Amino acid sequence: MAKRVSLSGNEAVAFGMKQINPDVVAAFPITPSTEVPQYFSQFVANGEVTTEFVPVESEHSAMSACIGAAAAGGRVMTATASAGLALMWEVLYVAASMRTPMVLAVTNRALSGPINIHNDHSDSMGARDSGWIQLYGENAQEAYDNLMQAVRIGEHPDVQLPVMVCYDGFITSHAVENLEMLDDADVKAFVGEERKAPFALIGQEPVSMGPLDLPNHYFEHKRLQAEAMKNAKKVILEVAAEYEKLTGRKYGFFEEYKMEDAEAAIVLINSSAGTAKTVVDALRAQGKKVGLIKVRVFRPFPVEEIAEALKNVKAVAIMDKVDGFNAAGGPLFNEVVSAMYGKADGKIVQNYIYGLGGRDVTTYNFEEVYSNLFNAIETGKYEVYNYIGVRE
Amino acid sequence: MNKERKVNITNETTWKETTPGGVIVDAGNAEDFKTGDWRAMRPVWYEDKCKHCLLCWVVCPDNSIKVEGGKLVGFDFDHCKGCGVCTKQCKFGALDFVPEE
Repeated sequence: MAKRVSLSGNEAVAFGMKQINPDVVAAFPITPSTEVPQYFSQFVANGEVTTEFVPVESEHSAMSACIGAAAAGGRVMTATASAGLALMWEVLYVAASMRTPMVLAVTNRALSGPINIHNDHSDSMGARDSGWIQLYGENAQEAYDNLMQAVRIGEHPDVQLPVMVCYDGFITSHAVENLEMLDDADVKAFVGEERKAPFALIGQEPVSMGPLDLPNHYFEHKRLQAEAMKNAKKVILEVAAEYEKLTGRKYGFFEEYKMEDAEAAIVLINSSAGTAKTVVDALRAQGKKVGLIKVRVFRPFPVEEIAEALKNVKAVAIMDKVDGFNAAGGPLFNEVVSAMYGKADGKIVQNYIYGLGGRDVTTYNFEEVYSNLFNAIETGKYEVYNYIGVRE
Repeated sequence: MNKERKVNITNETTWKETTPGGVIVDAGNAEDFKTGDWRAMRPVWYEDKCKHCLLCWVVCPDNSIKVEGGKLVGFDFDHCKGCGVCTKQCKFGALDFVPEE
């Protein structure tokens, strides 16, 4: 039987890791992710897990140790945020290209500078092209559920890629919420007792990994890596279906909220979706046809599916909790608009950069966005690239 | 020469046939990689001066000194990189070192 508990997002992730009992956790603390390795090291010290905990001297070393452990065939997990993820940068690409599955809990926090410990998505969005699968969750429940599914997705023989499980710093990581945890036995059955690595440095048939790859072979290996990311789309849905049978909680590439007949829609990621849904409900009560899409899977990006979901709207605001500084729009905006091209043409599309560095995102912000969308539908006049919630 | 490899990666191997992340599943496959064309200098063997002490075989870092029945018979020019270590150590003037043409 699953049990109802009250936990912060970091606690939910740490307790989830305890249930998974990975072979190796190598981590370095950074706000607001610190609690994850902190709680987990207590489980190790108390003998509640059999994990080898490696307290490394930096995030670059944390990721490197994780790659080594995963290359040896182990089930590996770690956690970080912000500058910690930035320090992992070089080795993130190595983890993906060496096809070493592992799970990295990213507690989303702004990147410096100016230095800031609060939430936005500049850390994981910066790592969007590193070859990692990226799952995003609105709350502690989704962070926990994504963590469980991430193990299965990354370790699938057709995928063999590392997975980031991203959730908002402080808002989700530190706020205590009610959630449902699986029984330990159900977790064991779902993720499997241990990782079945198709190739590893040790074991009955040891291999060599991470060789120099000159122009004769590098391109073929990258193409094969791209195929793994394509395969991940199918696997993500299969794992979600299995997880739904176990928990009753449904997961896909994204959540559609009151999108059936929506004329104006918002697309965004993570915790702000909760606030936005409140506004959707309020506007629906006034008879306004509004809807919301909350993206869960950013890598691989659900191109066809998101275009299909937006094909009947008149106007859509894609909201980024990060700016890509291309002077035209954030990363989610770019992805969604490029997905729509040729499949959901002729829409009004706007981009709103919001909530940078932990700026509060309120119902007023979303009311303003929906109001702007309806105004754009009426007048045909609108700006594409906008900042909202900033002092003008 | 072991050509019975589980995965024989060559310059013709497609992305569908290659291994994930360049995993090398077999040991000893450096043999498949012809490094002879790196050579700028090549060793030359004067058989009449050779005592077959085989110290050249000992020092060769690329296993490119061919020996049969305890005697030197020549070089494996597919893998000799032309480092010249064999010629340098020969005390009998049996190995010369000349520019590759």
